[in-house]
Amino acid sequence: MGIPVSGKNLFPSNIAGLPTWFTIRANKDGWIARRKEIDFLIAMNAETAREDVLNLDPNRIVVYEETLKLNQYRKDLSFFPVPFAKLATQITPDSRLRKLLANMIYVGVVGELLEIDPNEMDLALTKQFKGKAKAVALNKTALDIGRKFAAENFDKTSVIYKTQRMNATKGKIIIDGNAAGALGCMFAGVTVATWYPITPSSSLCERLSDYMKDYRIEKDGKANFAIVQAEDELAAVGMAIGAGWAGARSVTSTAGPGISLMQEFIGLAYYAEIPVVIFDITRVGPSTGLPTRTQQSDILSMVYCSHGDTKHIVLLPASVEECFSMGYDAFDLSERFQTPVFVMSDLDLGMNNWMSDPFVYPKKKFDRGKVLSAEDLKRLGSFQRYGDVDGDGIPYRTLPGTNHPAAAYFTRGSGHNENAVYSERPDDYKRNMDRLNHKYETSRTYVPQPEVNDAKGARVGFLAFGTTHWAIIESLDQLKREYDMPVSYYRLRALPFTKDLVEFFERHDRVYVVEQNRDGQMAMLVKLELPAELISKLRNIRHYSGIPIDARFVTDELIAAEKGEQN
Amino acid sequence: MSTTMQPPTPLKHTNRLGYTLADYKGGDSTLCAGCGHDAITAQIIKAFYEYGVEPYRVAKLSGIGCSSKTPAYFLSHAHGFNGVHGRMPALATGVMLANQTLISIGVSGDGDTASIGMGQFVHLLRRNVPMIYIIENNGVYGLTKGQFSATADLGSKSKSGVSNDLPAIDVCAMAIELGCNFVARSFAGDVKQMIALLKAGLGHRGTALFDVISPCVTFNNHEGSTKSYKYAKDHEELLHDISYVPFFEQITVDYPDGEAKDVELHDGSHIRLRKTDKGYDPTNKTEALNSLRKCQESNEFLTGLIYINEQNPDFLTLLNTVDAPLATLPQERVQPNEEALREIMADLM
Repeated sequence: MGIPVSGKNLFPSNIAGLPTWFTIRANKDGWIARRKEIDFLIAMNAETAREDVLNLDPNRIVVYEETLKLNQYRKDLSFFPVPFAKLATQITPDSRLRKLLANMIYVGVVGELLEIDPNEMDLALTKQFKGKAKAVALNKTALDIGRKFAAENFDKTSVIYKTQRMNATKGKIIIDGNAAGALGCMFAGVTVATWYPITPSSSLCERLSDYMKDYRIEKDGKANFAIVQAEDELAAVGMAIGAGWAGARSVTSTAGPGISLMQEFIGLAYYAEIPVVIFDITRVGPSTGLPTRTQQSDILSMVYCSHGDTKHIVLLPASVEECFSMGYDAFDLSERFQTPVFVMSDLDLGMNNWMSDPFVYPKKKFDRGKVLSAEDLKRLGSFQRYGDVDGDGIPYRTLPGTNHPAAAYFTRGSGHNENAVYSERPDDYKRNMDRLNHKYETSRTYVPQPEVNDAKGARVGFLAFGTTHWAIIESLDQLKREYDMPVSYYRLRALPFTKDLVEFFERHDRVYVVEQNRDGQMAMLVKLELPAELISKLRNIRHYSGIPIDARFVTDELIAAEKGEQN
Repeated sequence: MSTTMQPPTPLKHTNRLGYTLADYKGGDSTLCAGCGHDAITAQIIKAFYEYGVEPYRVAKLSGIGCSSKTPAYFLSHAHGFNGVHGRMPALATGVMLANQTLISIGVSGDGDTASIGMGQFVHLLRRNVPMIYIIENNGVYGLTKGQFSATADLGSKSKSGVSNDLPAIDVCAMAIELGCNFVARSFAGDVKQMIALLKAGLGHRGTALFDVISPCVTFNNHEGSTKSYKYAKDHEELLHDISYVPFFEQITVDYPDGEAKDVELHDGSHIRLRKTDKGYDPTNKTEALNSLRKCQESNEFLTGLIYINEQNPDFLTLLNTVDAPLATLPQERVQPNEEALREIMADLM
């Protein structure tokens, strides 16, 4: 139908049997962030139906299993009871199948009520069950039965929502963030991927495995990659680091608890300067937290991962397209800077399906970083593993297996000098730490730069990152239309910050950092970055209940805060 | 003119590849004089030289501990990676995934492997990652160390009289049970046995595990150390190779197959080593485990090649990766083309 749409799965941390919700948002303006209010409820679960009905605003629609008798709870809603169990008996004698087909019956009912073109629905059905003729037939019967029942029994005049054909989805794809990230890795030429299963990260390496089997097996049947499901996260990151040390593009993917486990190894990779890419698909913490809910609360854990003075590059994709392109960039950055690079996605982005323009093929050469070959060494005669030759803080390295007497050096997590020789000398240690810092400073101009939009006449601005973006842009629209309030928007796309940050603060009276965690972790980092005189402009809006942030929340918080400022 | 090629006459004091023994050496050891680990280092140097391995093709991995320092003391022309405590197996696995043309040697200790490293050790063995894995084991054998390791004998007493109440871990028996295809035990001072076993390990495709009993000279700081000095003087006949003349001399042994050797350690305690005899069949898993058990019951350490299986595939064979190092495959080979992306996108529309 060409209507922009988004879907979000709200599921419990359980394998089977507990209630889940799937929310579809469709609107002509293309807003895809979560919306607090539900307009059309399809209630199939006895345990949760009553509460869901009680939470609706007036005049909303409820399609429900007739036997639940939901119409007893409210008088101001439009109820559409459907005898799913009875209708399903018309399709098949198999009782197990009947339960499943009830879902397709309500799809038919809803399609009829919302006037979704039946042909489009049939097309979608055929695509969904591609190749399985029996399944298509069964489900089509269910669809038809639902449509017929609704047409014959329901008065549609109270259904205040209708679909109308648009042209907003032509050529678009639907994909989840983890699959997009996996594609980014594959097209970046990753050769070693290691992982340990954890919600919501597992599907990244699982999809990578599927894609690699299709596209990275050579003519002789051998794989030009290795994917290993490790025994735990420590082993996963350790293998990835060992591979990176030996020169391979390597990746591991995990969530918050895994990051905690990986800390020691990440500190080693930082200090010994070894490339590795780490995806953190963040979820609600702390500890086991809410494994199936979303949050952006690993920011400090990633930026300062490991004890001692460590600082890491963190990429902040906001869309599936950025999961792909930043997933790709992470490898260039990691090898260029000889350091761990984090890609921070979250459960909302990683596990839900998002609409996107098709991904663009990366047409540039891989940046494998400063690696000296045997030929280089023949020419140079020698090299210093941790020397700052080019002034950017980034040294040169050789790979094990290089056939030259000057190639080998000893890598260690303990103090070392420019020649990688063990050293406890204060001057060696400090010089090395300063060089590592200088390397980090250099990365400011290499990481994805922010997208900065100054609104005309705006005195305040938002600073946000990751999936908060979708709530922000909708909120900006609400603020303009409902409050006539222009607000600028700084979309942060990576850490470390660039000089744009300070300049943005200079141009506005107040900047609201909007983020999905309790303690305002990004606001803390912004504060550290700002000169003293600008810190007073910093504000913070935090959403951290585990469900994705919505635009109305942002708008209400901003309005309330700004009202407070005027007093 | 003869049509057959004569192999070049080997130069004196070079191996078949033309390297000298010096090419296999490393930096000076900073370990305590007389440390068993230094003996193992010397044997590694000799074995790699005699077997004929190109130094630049070797990757040296280690964890944290005294033994983990030793890769700096051999093969200075090989890249080395001293990692974090107990996690060398993960690093080694990653290294071999990235470049299976490397010859990896991992050096670890009883704490690094059998305490903190126990989890990774187990899974490394299961995977059968091709490498030499040496545990330089100075666990407590009735010694007076400050802390017991997981390989300390049940009932052994510390100097302060504290008794170890926990059963010892026999890494060899454990390894056989876990599917390791090359399990050897030796004593740091048994030069002949060590070098022979190391060369066998170099020829084995898979994890070659070495549990090497390596006496620690510095386990107490009391006046008892003079006792050790006295001991060294009293047991000069044990020293067949006097290459060190420190306060504490290396304990070396040489004894025939099938026989037991009583070895007195620096602190006056004893261990008993028993070599597998000439008729021992190391391919028989049951016999291997039974022999280990029998020796344990008589408080002896079975030494030699305890178990070997050349049939099972190593981890890289199972993964069926290309032979060329993954690390350096060119972009054209590892980046699917634009058509591939178009195909994937079309499928998602």
